Amino acid sequence: MAAPRLVLTGITKRYPTILANDHVDLRVGVGEIHALMGENGAGKSTLMKIVYGVTRPDSGKIEWDGAEVLIHSPAEARRLGIGMVFQHFALFETLTVAENISLALDERIAPAALVPRIRAVAERYGLPVDPDRLVHSMSVGERQRVEIVRCLLQSPKLLIMDEPTSVLTPQAVLQLFETLRRLAAEGMSILYISHKLEEIRTLCDTATVLRAGRVSGTARPREETNASLARLMVGNELDDAPLEPHQTGEVRLEVDGYSLPARDPFGTALRHIDLRVHAGEIVGIAGVSGNGQRELLAALSGETVGAHEGSISLCGRRVDHLGAAARRDLGLGFVPEERLGRGAVPAMSLAQNALLTGAHAGMVRHGLVQSGASRASARATIEEFKVKCGSELSAAERLSGGNLQKFIVGREIRLAPKVLLVAQPTWGVDVGAAQMIHQALIALRNAGTALLVISEELDELFTICDRIAVLNAGRLSEPQPRASLSVEKIGLLMTGAAASHAHA
Amino acid sequence: MPELPWRLEKRAAPSGVMRIASPLIASAAMLVTGFLIFAFLGKNPLDALHMFFIEPLNSSYGVGELLLKATPLALCALGLAVGFSANIWNIGAEGQLTLGAICGGGVALFWSGELGRLALPAILLAGVAGGAAWAAIPAVLRTRFNTSEILVSLMLVYIAQLLLAYLLHGAWRDPEGFNFPQSKAFDDAVILPLLMDGQRANVAFLFMLGLAALSWIFSRRSFAGYRMMVAGQAPDAAAYAGFSQRRNVWLAFLVSGGAAGLAGVCEVVGPIGRLQTDISPGYGFAAIIVAFVGRLHPVGIVLAALLMSLLYLGGESVQLGLQLPAAVTGLFQGLLLFYLLAADLFIGFRLRRAPAAIGRSA
Repeated sequence: MAAPRLVLTGITKRYPTILANDHVDLRVGVGEIHALMGENGAGKSTLMKIVYGVTRPDSGKIEWDGAEVLIHSPAEARRLGIGMVFQHFALFETLTVAENISLALDERIAPAALVPRIRAVAERYGLPVDPDRLVHSMSVGERQRVEIVRCLLQSPKLLIMDEPTSVLTPQAVLQLFETLRRLAAEGMSILYISHKLEEIRTLCDTATVLRAGRVSGTARPREETNASLARLMVGNELDDAPLEPHQTGEVRLEVDGYSLPARDPFGTALRHIDLRVHAGEIVGIAGVSGNGQRELLAALSGETVGAHEGSISLCGRRVDHLGAAARRDLGLGFVPEERLGRGAVPAMSLAQNALLTGAHAGMVRHGLVQSGASRASARATIEEFKVKCGSELSAAERLSGGNLQKFIVGREIRLAPKVLLVAQPTWGVDVGAAQMIHQALIALRNAGTALLVISEELDELFTICDRIAVLNAGRLSEPQPRASLSVEKIGLLMTGAAASHAHA
Repeated sequence: MPELPWRLEKRAAPSGVMRIASPLIASAAMLVTGFLIFAFLGKNPLDALHMFFIEPLNSSYGVGELLLKATPLALCALGLAVGFSANIWNIGAEGQLTLGAICGGGVALFWSGELGRLALPAILLAGVAGGAAWAAIPAVLRTRFNTSEILVSLMLVYIAQLLLAYLLHGAWRDPEGFNFPQSKAFDDAVILPLLMDGQRANVAFLFMLGLAALSWIFSRRSFAGYRMMVAGQAPDAAAYAGFSQRRNVWLAFLVSGGAAGLAGVCEVVGPIGRLQTDISPGYGFAAIIVAFVGRLHPVGIVLAALLMSLLYLGGESVQLGLQLPAAVTGLFQGLLLFYLLAADLFIGFRLRRAPAAIGRSA
């Protein structure tokens, strides 16, 4: 083989509180699909920011096509031939595809002049994209295609994909892989960032695994098992949390024909939602985000109390006109998707954050805060859920994502809810913490709580849920026992194939 | 991009030292700038600064003046800080102060004889109620129609001042006052008692200290204060927890309006002794600076109010002594806020040498 496309040697980057990259070596060949694996916080993003010129390393060497380079800015990275598709797209919803791409290019080309070039690239790589469509009408998968086409227009030699499948349906993932393989066959190198083992084994030729900022190993994923890859990532053996079948109790959460109009042009309307969650079961809701998850959660938690049809009942009491605090008093617990800023106040201590939902658990008396009680409660949560932090007086923002999530889940569980809503329980959480959270949720189910879990991770739903429904375009399918479901079947429901209106 | 040898880097945690040092740095920078300005104006800067900051405090009368002017500033600022911590912006304390003066003054003018011993408490209560009622207008409009409380409360300042002028040019004018727009002097019985003889500070200063203590309990210990802090720092978390922002808005406006109203009535039944068109040299606006210089903390606010009061006294002193314009007071107030905002940057950030670019030798 000729000179490798990209060689990193001894890359080190230190931030005030953390050593993000510690003498990282990485090597990507021409036409190779290389996986960069690691848990959240392992240093993958920092490393990619260094390659893309967003940050500069404290020490280390970058070689590109055999010559040492300094990459000062993303524009310089693009000039070298490095393209990056970010996890979160920066597209203007009110503009067309061509207009968006025109804005993002380094040269100034009028959108109209770009249209034929976009069509050509789209056709060549099997990426159906209509240059004249407005972005707001596009699904997440389509938007990702726009980002990929944008990168390809600059004919890069290395394409960096940051967790590209986290927003895609199983079918869209297959389509993406097809495209990536075709690009690699033409000699493009691909650096594929992910923590999804199955995908990496399907797609990638080689892999570099990061753990706590260091390279913990390199591998040929096709020759590994999920367990051996996970061991490289986490450093110890994992076992699955068991979900024993057991008798469920009465209906705790009942949603009946609930419809809610969209609040803004880019929101999703909820359409005639029917759902029953019993004591002692976990019901999962699958679906690509943006299909009404946010709206459904806000409606169930009481953050949105607007004009609607249908009803929501909690333990037999109608609650759809009650606010969040009143529903909490009736025994509703809620773990929101955004941890910092919603589930916890960033600058406040864990003890003060325990007070956020604990006002009725003895932490407030005569309108005065009982700081002793809130500290004790936070301490108990920290101990029980093995939250790694300085103490209960550490600020929430100082905790890692996984530890803060353990704290929030633990805080809600300790309030002994009758019904617990959980959104994305392990989103961005490392494997160890994810497992612990799963076990805690299952323990709560076994103790007789009704749980509703909304997640984009199908694996997760199959691990912890008794029944699974799919939310698509604001409609909720009938929850099915998980034994009767397959990933493919859910994938079809997610694309709306089961619904009466087919939409290509 | 040209490279600077220094750059700002976000601190891992906000610096506690800088939080306290920042007002001190700002005060020092204000003094240095003042020194340069006086020198530029051809005055001896040391003499001028002495006249500005030391001379006003040379007598017990001067110290009394300091407390007297600090009282309305701190009363207004303590009230405003309650809302500011929840991102609720009452900019109209000056108007609420004016309404407090009108309502309290009205009771003093027309009912002080009939109320007897109860007159003074009734006057003070009327002042608090007047300020709170005036503040209720932006609160209603904000919670009902989602208007900007900043604009509404600010506009109401001018309406309040015109209302006072209307009364003093018409129905409430002293018939024996040679047509000056002012009311009759109040009975001596309804004038607030002085702290001690030989100076003008009165018991309103004690009210202020009491309010500071209450404010400390509210912000550090009460659940209502906690709810407002959450709303200010993370509105989504407040919504998640089910805390009502409407309740926060009402509480913030009623408390800050009531406190400003108390400040207003204490001025007219204190040093002024009657209603007149100019009852405040902008205490309600200066209190916004006081609240921020004092870090929205009760103790900080009391100290900041004393500093701000000194700026008023010093400004008057150099007006008389050096024939400088009255704008010099506003100049120093502005410098203080300007430097404070600049110094506050270093609570969250620190200056670091940019690391040498790596691999240059290659």
